[in-house]
Amino acid sequence: MSDVITDSGDSFTRTAGRQLALLALFGILAFIALAMLLGWLSKLTSGGSSLAEAVDPLTGTITLAMASEPPQLDSTRATDQVSGFVLGHVMESLLRRGPGTKLLPGVAERWEITEQGATFWLRADARWSDGKPVTAHDFVFAWRKIVDPANASEYAFFLYPVKNGEAINRGELPIESLGVRAVDDRTLAVDFERPTPYFEKLVVYATYGPVREDFYEAQNGRYGADADTLLYNGPFRISKWVHGAHLRFEKNPYYWDADRIKLNVIDMPYVTNDANAVLNLYKDGKIATAPLSAETLNDALEHRWKINRFNDGGVFYNEFNHRPGRVTANLNLRRALALVSDPGELVYKVMKVPGNLPGVSLFPEWLPGVHGLFRQEYPAEPMRVDVAEARRYLELAKRELGVETIPPLILLTGDDPLSSSQAEYFQNVFKRTLGLDVKIDKQIFKQRLAKMTAGEFDLVAAGWGPDYDDPLTFGDLFSSWNKNNRGMYSNPELDSYVRIAQSSLDPKTRMDAFGAIQKIIHDDVVIIPSYERGVVYVRNPRLNGIQRRVVGADPDYINAYIEGSR
Amino acid sequence: MSALPAGNLPDNAFEPVTAERRVQQLTRPSLSYWQDAWLRLKRNGRALMSLYIIVALLVFTLIGPLVWRVDPASQDVDQVSQAPWADRTAVVVPPYRSWDSAPTAELQADSKPLTLQLAEPATTQAVRVTWTAEPQASGYLIYRNIMLPGPEHDLGLPLGELIGSGQTRFEDRLDLDPMRYYYSVVPLDANGAEMAPGPPLQVDVTRVITEELAITRGLVHEGTKLADGDVVRLALHPFGTDYLGRDLLARLMYGARVSLFIGIVAPFFFVILGILYGSTAGFLGGAVDSLLMRFADFVIALPFLLFMILFKIAFGIGPGESGIMPLLVALVVLSWPGTARLVRGQILQIREEAYIAASRLLGAKTQYLILRHMIPNTLGVILVTLTFAVPSAIFTEAFLSFIGMGVAPPTPSWGSMCNDGLKTMLTHPHELIFPALFISITVLAFNLLGDGLRDALDARMRSRE
Amino acid sequence: MFRYTVRRLLQGIITVWFIATATFVAMHSVPGDPLIQNKAVTAQIRKNLEIKYGLDKPITQQYLIYMGNMLKGDFGISFTQQNRSVNDIIVKHFPVSATLGILAIAFAAIGGILWGALTALYRNRLPDIVIMFLVILGISVPSFVFAALGQLALVHLNALAGHTLLPVAGWGTVSHMFVPSIVLGLGTMAFLTRLMRSSMLEIVNADYVRTAKAKGLPITRIFLKHELRNAVLPVITVLGPAIAAITTGGFVVELVFAIPGLGRYFVQAVQQLDYTVIMGTTVFYGAFLVLMVIIVDLVYGLVDPRVRLE
Repeated sequence: MSDVITDSGDSFTRTAGRQLALLALFGILAFIALAMLLGWLSKLTSGGSSLAEAVDPLTGTITLAMASEPPQLDSTRATDQVSGFVLGHVMESLLRRGPGTKLLPGVAERWEITEQGATFWLRADARWSDGKPVTAHDFVFAWRKIVDPANASEYAFFLYPVKNGEAINRGELPIESLGVRAVDDRTLAVDFERPTPYFEKLVVYATYGPVREDFYEAQNGRYGADADTLLYNGPFRISKWVHGAHLRFEKNPYYWDADRIKLNVIDMPYVTNDANAVLNLYKDGKIATAPLSAETLNDALEHRWKINRFNDGGVFYNEFNHRPGRVTANLNLRRALALVSDPGELVYKVMKVPGNLPGVSLFPEWLPGVHGLFRQEYPAEPMRVDVAEARRYLELAKRELGVETIPPLILLTGDDPLSSSQAEYFQNVFKRTLGLDVKIDKQIFKQRLAKMTAGEFDLVAAGWGPDYDDPLTFGDLFSSWNKNNRGMYSNPELDSYVRIAQSSLDPKTRMDAFGAIQKIIHDDVVIIPSYERGVVYVRNPRLNGIQRRVVGADPDYINAYIEGSR
Repeated sequence: MSALPAGNLPDNAFEPVTAERRVQQLTRPSLSYWQDAWLRLKRNGRALMSLYIIVALLVFTLIGPLVWRVDPASQDVDQVSQAPWADRTAVVVPPYRSWDSAPTAELQADSKPLTLQLAEPATTQAVRVTWTAEPQASGYLIYRNIMLPGPEHDLGLPLGELIGSGQTRFEDRLDLDPMRYYYSVVPLDANGAEMAPGPPLQVDVTRVITEELAITRGLVHEGTKLADGDVVRLALHPFGTDYLGRDLLARLMYGARVSLFIGIVAPFFFVILGILYGSTAGFLGGAVDSLLMRFADFVIALPFLLFMILFKIAFGIGPGESGIMPLLVALVVLSWPGTARLVRGQILQIREEAYIAASRLLGAKTQYLILRHMIPNTLGVILVTLTFAVPSAIFTEAFLSFIGMGVAPPTPSWGSMCNDGLKTMLTHPHELIFPALFISITVLAFNLLGDGLRDALDARMRSRE
Repeated sequence: MFRYTVRRLLQGIITVWFIATATFVAMHSVPGDPLIQNKAVTAQIRKNLEIKYGLDKPITQQYLIYMGNMLKGDFGISFTQQNRSVNDIIVKHFPVSATLGILAIAFAAIGGILWGALTALYRNRLPDIVIMFLVILGISVPSFVFAALGQLALVHLNALAGHTLLPVAGWGTVSHMFVPSIVLGLGTMAFLTRLMRSSMLEIVNADYVRTAKAKGLPITRIFLKHELRNAVLPVITVLGPAIAAITTGGFVVELVFAIPGLGRYFVQAVQQLDYTVIMGTTVFYGAFLVLMVIIVDLVYGLVDPRVRLE
């Protein structure tokens, strides 16, 4: 190909180059101007994400990042952890949580629980964020809403201890027949369906919180969808909610105990679940706390940050499919698989996060027992690793099943990286030690649940987070009638212990029952415990008073304070 | 034209043409289109280089696993995330036994409270420390750091919490590397608040391996007797290992099979589909043509990545399946209209060319026209399209892997390896660098080869260099 | 021109109908259950939910209802964010994605045209070689790697400066927009640079440029009016597909930089199997892209007098 004309080439290039430089300048200016314009436009619509520092002692502001935003904040329908976190800060139920597991008076200043029901006397100075008082009628309205079939609340079962709750939810009775009534504005009377001595542990939940009827009806079905379609009665109120981007709590001046609250603003201008992004924000001094992962631990050490740990109460395990006809219905096969599983290796070498504890039992370490901790009163049998014995059980299983080789086992797992790596680890372990083939079935959340419910698995990586702080929240998981018993384990003996634990009012009898359940689950290898989840996180050294909770709003910033502020 | 009546002319009015053999003498041998293209390609240094790289990649993928016989699924949790240059020596020790059954070293009774000491030599199996009790403690927290704790009490990782004052020993098994650690113990007061920490203990950890593992991993010749304290060298991992201690080189080779398979086979299929569809439309013309092309326009209008994701979950991946097939099908289903449009355009264009008219006048049949003129003349364009389609298919796979919608584990692909590597970018950069490098080199090679092919094959599409 | 526009728009509407149908079919062939929850619910609660979302009706009826609502511009209520309509989600989050996309396209177009012209001008000399090397890098590195590296670089930059020059993540102010849009536009810019360069080189040797030079026209005039202007035309034709790639491909950048765009919502919705949000966003994006392609074609007709729109 012939070259361009070269005679005047250089001067042409120079002049044209200058032109180009001029154009480039225009281009850059145009780009910045465009950005300014768009920035101004987006400010009109949403208001800017703050550039504030992590903690500001002058204004009493802390800045945080959220992993995801709450789907919605209607307390009669909220079920997830994020909603629980938000509602825990902006709402207050009849009772509230104190340090640890202690319960303190909330909207109710005193209460009385009998066999037949309960009475709550509401404090006079409990007010909504528009200044009107919180009355007993607000609770009646909310509770009826929860069991109302038209509301399709997934936590309706929480209200089943209240008289007629279950029948109303099934559509058999009108919602007015719910066993709760406002004796007067400040007295709430509850009738029980059956004796419920732990009722005070229930009413502390956001689900049992108040909703004011006139406000609810005025929102036209959008109650809790935005910051201004919600009324608050808790220590904070939401002053800003830009969906997917920004959530801001401000101290609620109408809160009856506002003097107790030290923080003025909890600002959450970042919504992301990208661990690297969150850590980068923390490094940049933009947020006050950040969770750490195995991959970021060393980075945190090199920054000389103080690292905290916390067990969030969840238990994770490989659950077997006990449906008849499945190979995993065979006890000896389950025994063989349990004998080669080493939770210690999983936790220490694969997960590598210090907060996790190697799994031992279905019942996690923190659960309360008769006097102290359940697991100290009823120690779980430790997990053993014995490959030779496992192989003997495997031979036994093959003989019982009448097969030469065990068909490949299907290990159902979630689509997050953590679940994947664990599934890959177990696949390798079962292959290496027992020569068993494992097929990993990685599915997105809802498809995994659908497959669990339909029983399309041999093993599933499952977990359970507590709903309340009683061993029963784990203990009834494998009762034959429990819908969450997706492996369809069925054992009359275990069922009978669950019934004892549910109906007995004597702590010792109940804990004995849980002890028996723990033993059955171990001896019958209903599950192979993997780990009790722990989290490690860093926090700004000036931010103190954060409560981490196993149940309820976690983390709890209600009583947090900034060191050095007034 | 009306036929002239025969017989008006005398028989000798015409005389037959005699074949003239004096054709113009060629100065060099005639070159076919492909020979010419090859010559041009050979002159293009960058394109040739790219071709060599692609061949090298194919060799790496297909022959590599035969040479580097390491199982990409084989895990070694004792060698997790090892950098390529890491030290590989290990000392042989007896198998791990829980501390309860092992003898404990005697504590020195006279030391001050919270003085830490090692109960046993520190190994990568476990570090066992004991300390003298603090009388007021209701429990202890044990920390471990990789640096000497400074004045701000940055004690490092909180390894564990012990409840009860009587417990004065702790076993650490958490991800131990052969390096220096600093252990500290912090007593807890009656309310569970942290009190002042004890002095840190410096611990040098040695890498160890059990005799059984050394033999099963093939580190020593069979039959060799290993005694405790012998030194062996761990398996060689030229590119390091990943988060489960798997050999990165082997995984890159198997990942290449997935990435290159998707990258080459998917374009191959959708180009063939596009040729069939486009040439049918182009040949038939008329109403059929516009109907067919309207449908192609519909498919083109689908938002590509969103539909890739939708198809991916709609097909569903069964247990044990790698998910390559759904990915392939989705790519083919969504990508063919581009080629179809291109081929149709070419066919329509070529149909109007003078040489087609000429050969038709000379009595060429449709079949001959297709085989001799249409296909060879569109093939160049198609080949170029194919080359450029490879990098975008590889990128698509990487994208989907990034959001967790790619191939299912344990099947490796470059995209999913990149995604895993991103998380450990700061501490173990090699886990990101190698797969990213392979993606980049492949994409680059195919792009440059595409440029070269375009220049060599099609004068009209030629980019000026 | 007017008739052409109307015809294109009508075609566009049919295309959107096709996209909607394809989405509906794809969505309803997804295995799994959108109403399933982590904690199992009683049969009664489940039935109540099904009635609420109209899943109790036969599939053909669901399709008709869905199409009817879509004609009214109503995409329904989200399954996961139960009190929010899909319309609300699109209205709130699409402007964010659009802002990011517009900036990325602007960056890519400005950068691509300038770099392309520059490399063509300094053909085979140092600026050309350096820039083309960077371009090749831009084409061959996946954008999520760029995004992660870009964010990391920001952290170090801020640490070096001692205060926040540019925010590491988040959205809302101008300063939040620069780095994500540059990262998002990088690949397209590299692609446009290559295109611009070859188009420029073709024109430099064109007869009318030689003529202009021979006539002794001022260099500025030749360069701007004859060369640059004509070389930009092919770049405009590919802007349509480029907008498509950038707006739908933006979710990677949105994920890494914690930007509340629609793309991120789509990925979340897919993971949650949120039928209405998935269908709503897909159809919306499809319609948007169809519109974009029509607009680019019309603009091209206006810019290039050789193209007659009929």
